[in-house]
Amino acid sequence: MIADLAHFSIGPDYWWVVLIKGVIVLGFLATAAAYLTLAERKVSAHIQLRIGPNRVGPFGLLQPAADAVKLLFKENTAPAGRDKLLFWLAPALMAGAAILAYAVIPLSGTTNVNGYALHWNMAHVNVALLYVLAITALGVYAIFLGGWAANNKYSLLGALRSSAQLISYEMAVAFALIGVVILAHSLDLEEIVNAQQHAWFIVMQPLAGLLYFVGALAETNRLPFDLPEAETELIAGYHTEYSSMRFGFYFLGEYVNMVTVCSLATALFLGGWLPLIPWIHSDWLGGLVGVMWFLGKASILLFLMMWIRWTLPRLRYDRLMNLGWKVLLPLGLLNIVITGSVVAARAAS
Amino acid sequence: MLSDYAPILVFLGICVAFGVGVQALSAAVGPRKPTPEKELPYESGIVPLESARRRFSVSFYVTAMLFIIFDVESIFLFPWATIVRDLKIFGLVEMGIFIATLFIALIYVWAKGALRWEF
Repeated sequence: MIADLAHFSIGPDYWWVVLIKGVIVLGFLATAAAYLTLAERKVSAHIQLRIGPNRVGPFGLLQPAADAVKLLFKENTAPAGRDKLLFWLAPALMAGAAILAYAVIPLSGTTNVNGYALHWNMAHVNVALLYVLAITALGVYAIFLGGWAANNKYSLLGALRSSAQLISYEMAVAFALIGVVILAHSLDLEEIVNAQQHAWFIVMQPLAGLLYFVGALAETNRLPFDLPEAETELIAGYHTEYSSMRFGFYFLGEYVNMVTVCSLATALFLGGWLPLIPWIHSDWLGGLVGVMWFLGKASILLFLMMWIRWTLPRLRYDRLMNLGWKVLLPLGLLNIVITGSVVAARAAS
Repeated sequence: MLSDYAPILVFLGICVAFGVGVQALSAAVGPRKPTPEKELPYESGIVPLESARRRFSVSFYVTAMLFIIFDVESIFLFPWATIVRDLKIFGLVEMGIFIATLFIALIYVWAKGALRWEF
């Protein structure tokens, strides 16, 4: 009876494997987002010759926990004239969509554990790349509906700016990724990484890599593209009226999105879990080493994002839209045409 | 296979539980003492005169419409990109015509000033 229950499977995996993976992914993302806020403050501080948070725990390491508790116990202020349902729903959608997108990102290659093929992601689907793009795009709804529901003029302006920016750069990102898909022959992230055994795609697709990274900065509302919450003009943009855990959800969503775009860039351009120093991938330990490589590469990209924040000033809005539509979009199309031509010509000859 | 997506449904359940649970917990442990002043939408200390839901610049609508066109284009490009090696020159020419058509469309809306934001 109990043995039967243990073998009941959801899709390709046993139900308890799915459940454990789900809890691990959720826990990993929540922890990563929390510690990214600390890392961001530390990096900012050191760039500005300050020390940063150092009172809560050693080196301020318990600061994220203190912040979370504080957010939880704060009052949920809410403006009059708000849309009650959307005001409640939008922050949860922001965090939920960001977390849900991570389900298909493979942190390491498939490993064999006692004859059982262990995938290092929640769900192994063959259109993983499209899935990530589609689910992260849901964040636009969270931002727009959240800003609109708050009945605040700053929020509405921030929400409008943000949604126009996000949809514009979403295309640029999609076009940049098509070059990689042409080379890898697949939309499956695991196959895309395995196609980079000989050379990382950043070597063959440097333009696409650059376009993707610029687009990713805009998609996550990071400087120099943080127009939606340009604090000198719009207070806090779309989340001006949100407090307590609702604000926390927007914050969580933003940082999880950062983790997602950096993980995606790692898998698509930096060879994912493929090591620089050769290591035989056979058992679960090999898989775990792969995870370390993956997270290491993603962390470098995350640091780069924080570094850029304190290096470049914010763009003006019309220049932001011009960059998206008149520079990134044509360059993305150019990249597709060149890559497609080369691959098709080599296949024909 | 469609059953590959089943774990995503489970994860969706976990995400919904997280979203609802944390908000419920925050509502349960946090104080809630609304006053008329506290409920005013923030407008840099000035009492708001009218609803925030007003008309906004037409450029946002134009951007949204253009987005639909080019996003649909990218949806057509993804399946082509996975099999460009098998379609060889035939697929390349066909997709070249498609991309060229949309690129001309982009030039046209550009020349018409639909991408202009400074007024």
